[in-house]
Amino acid sequence: MQQGDTISAIVTPSGAGGVGIIRLSGEEAIAIADTMFLAKSGKKLEDAAASSFSYGHLIGGSGEILDEAIVLVMRAPHSYTKEDVVELQCHGGAVVLRAVLERTLALGARPAERGEFTKRAFLNGRLDLSEAQAVMEVVGARTETSLRMASGRLAGRFSGKVKEIRRKILEMIAHLEATIDFPEEEIDDVVIDDVRLRIIILEEQIETILKTSHAGTILRDGLKTAIIGKPNVGKSSLMNALLFEERVIVTDIPGTTRDSIEVCADVGGVPLSLIDTAGIREAEDKAEKIGVARARDCAEKAALILAVFDASSPMTEEDKEILSLVKGKDTIFLLNKSDCPSSSEALNEALIREAAPEAAVLQISAKTGEGMESLARQIEQTVYDGELKGDEASFVADAREADILRRAAAFLSDALQTIENGMSADFIVIDLRSAWEKLGEITGETVGEDIIDEIFRRFCLGK
Amino acid sequence: MFVAGEYDVIVIGAGHAGVEAGLASARIGRKTLLATLSMDNIALMPCNPSIGGPAKGHLVREVDALGGEMGISIDKAAIQSRLLNTGKGPAVHALRAQADKKLYQFTMKETCEKQENLDVKQLLIEDIQVENGEVCGVVAETGEIYRCRAVILATGTYLRGRIIIGETVYDAGPNGQRAAMRLTDSLKRLGIRLMRFKTGTPARVDARSLDYDEMEIQPGDDEAAAFSSMTDEPTRSVAPCWLTYTNEETHRIIRENIHRAPMANGVIKGVGPRYCPSIETKIVRFPDKERHQLFIEPEGIHTQEMYVQGMSTSLPVDVQIDFLHTIPGLRHARVMRAGYAIEYDCLDPTQLMPTLELKAIRGFFSAGQSNGTSGYEEAAAQGLVAGVNAAMYVAGGEPLVLKRSEAYIGVLIDDLVTKGTQEPYRMMTSRAEYRLILRQDNADLRLTEYGRRVGLVSDARYDRYKKKKEEIETAFKLLQETILTPSRETNDKLAAEKLTEIRTSISLFDFLRRPDVNYRKVRDMFNLPRISDEAEKQVDITVNYEGYIRRQQDQIARMERLETKLLPPDMDYASVPSLREEAREKLAAVRPRSVGQAGRISGVSPADVSVLLVWLEKERRAKTAEEDHHGIS
Repeated sequence: MQQGDTISAIVTPSGAGGVGIIRLSGEEAIAIADTMFLAKSGKKLEDAAASSFSYGHLIGGSGEILDEAIVLVMRAPHSYTKEDVVELQCHGGAVVLRAVLERTLALGARPAERGEFTKRAFLNGRLDLSEAQAVMEVVGARTETSLRMASGRLAGRFSGKVKEIRRKILEMIAHLEATIDFPEEEIDDVVIDDVRLRIIILEEQIETILKTSHAGTILRDGLKTAIIGKPNVGKSSLMNALLFEERVIVTDIPGTTRDSIEVCADVGGVPLSLIDTAGIREAEDKAEKIGVARARDCAEKAALILAVFDASSPMTEEDKEILSLVKGKDTIFLLNKSDCPSSSEALNEALIREAAPEAAVLQISAKTGEGMESLARQIEQTVYDGELKGDEASFVADAREADILRRAAAFLSDALQTIENGMSADFIVIDLRSAWEKLGEITGETVGEDIIDEIFRRFCLGK
Repeated sequence: MFVAGEYDVIVIGAGHAGVEAGLASARIGRKTLLATLSMDNIALMPCNPSIGGPAKGHLVREVDALGGEMGISIDKAAIQSRLLNTGKGPAVHALRAQADKKLYQFTMKETCEKQENLDVKQLLIEDIQVENGEVCGVVAETGEIYRCRAVILATGTYLRGRIIIGETVYDAGPNGQRAAMRLTDSLKRLGIRLMRFKTGTPARVDARSLDYDEMEIQPGDDEAAAFSSMTDEPTRSVAPCWLTYTNEETHRIIRENIHRAPMANGVIKGVGPRYCPSIETKIVRFPDKERHQLFIEPEGIHTQEMYVQGMSTSLPVDVQIDFLHTIPGLRHARVMRAGYAIEYDCLDPTQLMPTLELKAIRGFFSAGQSNGTSGYEEAAAQGLVAGVNAAMYVAGGEPLVLKRSEAYIGVLIDDLVTKGTQEPYRMMTSRAEYRLILRQDNADLRLTEYGRRVGLVSDARYDRYKKKKEEIETAFKLLQETILTPSRETNDKLAAEKLTEIRTSISLFDFLRRPDVNYRKVRDMFNLPRISDEAEKQVDITVNYEGYIRRQQDQIARMERLETKLLPPDMDYASVPSLREEAREKLAAVRPRSVGQAGRISGVSPADVSVLLVWLEKERRAKTAEEDHHGIS
C-alpha cells in the first residue's frame, strides 16, 4: 500500500495556537521520527505498538531541544493514509513548527504537496470521493466553524442528505421502469402529476442545500476581501487590526504550507482572504499617489470591499472616485480615524449615503480598535445574510459538489419540462436517471443493479 | 477410440442458443455439427409460448439484423402478436408474438437440417477434450469421438437437470427429457466454475375444460408488424389469450400447503429468478396483494393445451389442482401437464470474454442458459454471437463484440462477463442506459453492417437495409435543403391545414419539429418523395426526439473515453499499487478489456478506477520517458 517516498507537512492551520501537528507518512516515517525524538520512556518508536503514543522531546540537528512533544505512531494500514504515519504534536508556535518540519525534511522526508495525504488516502482506497473532499476541507479549514462543518461531512451527515434525495429519485425511476418492462403486470399507474410534485419537492431540497453553498465556499477558501482607499487613510492600520501578525503565513520552504502569499484573517468567525496586501503596504509606505487603476483592479477581484475614508478631513476627488468604483459591489464603508478631531466640513455618514443610500457605514478607529467589533458583526451579516447559520450539515463546502447539485437540479427541471411537453414515461426516466447518476458522483456510488433491485423489491412481477 | 467425424465447430445443444450458434457458424462457412439430445426437441419452447416483449423483442430484432433465424421463424409460427407499450416512447415499444410451439420448432428444425455446412445429430455429449489449453474434440455417450477446433456449450437446463414437483424429485431435462448428467464432471475437470440455478413452469390445462365467460378475452393486434425485416406480411392473429385472477381462496390453499413447497422446505437449492417467481414465492413475498393476474395462452393451433402464465409452481400436484380450481375460468380445468421446477448447472459467465469464449480454454465458447441467463431471446442472441466468434476463431477473423451503446446484445453480454449474475439473467430495457438509441425500430440500421461483415447477412437482406438507409438519408437531405419562405402561398397552404403561419424562412427539417406535423403530412403538402413506412418512422423519431437522442449520444461519447483506455490482457493486478484487495481479486478474475469495463465490475470502486487511470498514466509516462531517453542516446 505504500506510495514510495515519505512526505511531511504542518497539518494544523497556522497560528491556530495550542497544539501544532507535523505529519509524516510513508515507509521512512517511523525511522525519521526515531532519529529526532527522545522518548521519556527511552523506548524507540520502532518498537512501539501498531497504534500508540509516546511523550518526549524533539531534537534538532545539533542536538538542541526543539520542543516537547507527544508523538503518535500509526502503522500501515491502520492510519489515515494506510501507510506508516507519525504525528508530532508540538506546543510551540509557528517558528518551532517550522524548525521541526525542516528537521524532518533534513532527515529525508519530502514536503507534502497540497492535499497529498488525502490523495494517498484516496489512492490507497481509504476514502470514497465524498470523504476525500471532506478531508481536504479539514486540511484547509481556516476557522472553527468550518472545521466543525467539515467534521460534520466526515461523519456522513452531508452525504446522508444526498443519499436521501437519490433514494427518492430511485423510487420514482423504479416505478416508471417497472411499468415499462412489465407492461402487462398489475402495477399502479404512475400518476404523472404525483411525479411532478415529488420532483418539485426534491428541487427545493437541492435548492436549500445550494443556498448555503456560497457560505460553504467562503468557509473553505476565505472571502476574497479588498481594502481600498486613498493614501494615508489607514488601510495598513486596518489590515494590521484585522490580522494578528502570526496569522500571516509565509515560509521560505516551498510547499510546506498551503499558501505562501495569501494573507488570511479570521473576523467574527469568517475567514477573510485579503488581496493585494503587498500593494497596500507599498502604497502606504511610500505615500505615493494611489493608482485608481490598482484600486479598481482590487475591487474587481474581491467579493467584499472595505472602503476606507478619513473621517477627520473633507471629501476629496479621490474619495469620490472610490465611491463610484465600488458601486454595485458588496461594500462596507469605514469612516476611519474616529479618534481624531474633525472639522465641520469633514467627511461624514451623510456624504457617503448620498452616493450609496443603502450602504453599511461604520465609524472605526483602526488605531485604537474602536468599532472593530461592529465591523466583525457587519462582515458576518454580509456573508451569512442573516439566515445561513442553520444546519451545518447542509453546507456544501465545495464548488465541485455545488456544481454536481446544480446539474442534478437542472436534470430535475428537465424532467419537469419533459412532463410539461407531454412526453411519455420513458423520457421522464431519462431525466430522472441523469439526476440520480449525477448525485451519485457526490458519494462516489456507481450505477449498479440498484434500479433493478428496487423494481423487484417493490413490485410483484413475473409470469 | 473411434473418430466419427471432424468439424470446425461443434455446438452442444440445439435449443434457442444452439440453433443460432450452429446456423451462424455454418453460414459463415465453417463445417459445423449441431448435437442435440433429441431430434424431436430442436428449438423446443419448454416454458411460455411467446417470443418478444420489452427488451426481449429488441433482442429478436437485433438477432434478425445480424442475420439470425429467430425473427424469421417466429414470424412464420406466430398465432397472435401485439405491440406493447405503445403509450410510451418509441424506444420501449415492444413486439411480442404468441407462437404455435410445434410450428416454431418444425420451422427451425427444417432450416437447420437444410443448412449447408451443418450436420444435425442426436447425440449425448459427455466429455469435452482439451489439449494444450485448446479444445480438440468431444466424446459422445456411445464412445465415439468428434474432433473439432471449437466447441459451443449450449446446454440450456439439461446440464445435471433435476425436476421437482412437490415431494417428487428426479433427474431430467425440461419436460421429463433426458438430462446431461456426466458433462458437468468434464467441465469441472477442465477447471470451469459452475453455479446451480433454478427455474419453473406452470401447469398446462385442457382448453375444452375452461369457462371462457369468466375470463377477459385478450386478442392480438389486428395487423401487427413482423420481427424480421425479411418478412413482408404482417403477423396473423388467429388465437386469443384470456385474462383471469387468483383470489383469497387460492392464496389460502397455497399458504396452508406452503410446508410442502420445495422452495420453502429446502428441497430446491438452486437460485431462481426474481422476475419469474413461482406463485408460492409471490404469495410469501407480497402477502398483502389481494390477487395476481394470470394469462391463459394457447400453446398452438393443433393442441388443446393452454399455458397458465403467472402460475409457475413446484407444489405437489394435488395442491396445484386444488388452487387452480379456485380461479374463475379454471374451476373445472383439467390439468394436462403439472407445473414443475427445474434445477440445472450453468457456468459463472465472468469466466468468459466478451466474445463468449472462455478465457482459460481456447476454442471453448458458451451461450444461453449455460451462461446463467434465462429466456429464449437472450439465448438466441448469445448463440448467434458465440457461433460467429467460434467461426472467427477457427478461421482467424475479427470477432464480433458489440458495445453497450450499439445493441441490447452488447448490454447483455457485457453485463454477463463483467458483473456475472446471481440469478437467471433476464434482459430488461432498464438495463440499457442508452435505450433511446437502441430502439427495436432501428435494429437493422444499427447492426446490419456488422452482420454483413461477418458473412451472415445475405444480399437480399443487405439490399433491403441499403434501400431503407438511402430513403432516410435522401429524405433528410431534402428536408434540410428545402426552405419554406413566409410567402402568401406558403401560409395559405398552412392555413388550409389549420397550421400556424410561419413568419421567417425555415427549412422543412425545422418545420418538421412542430408537434402537429409528421413526415407524411409534410410530404403531402410540399411534394416530397414517398418513402417506406419504416423509413418514415425513422425520420419522425429522429426529428421529434432529437434533443434526447443527442443527449444520449453525448453520454456515449463520454463513456467511450474510459472504454478506449485499454488494460493489457496480461496485466498483473498484483503489481498495481494501492488497489483494494477486493478490487484486485475481481479485476484479476474478470480481466476487463478497458477501464470502462473495470468500473462496471461490482467491488471495483471509483477509487480503484482512479488508481487504474493513474497507473495507466504512470505506465504511459514511463514508456514515453524511456523512448525519449533512447531518442537522446
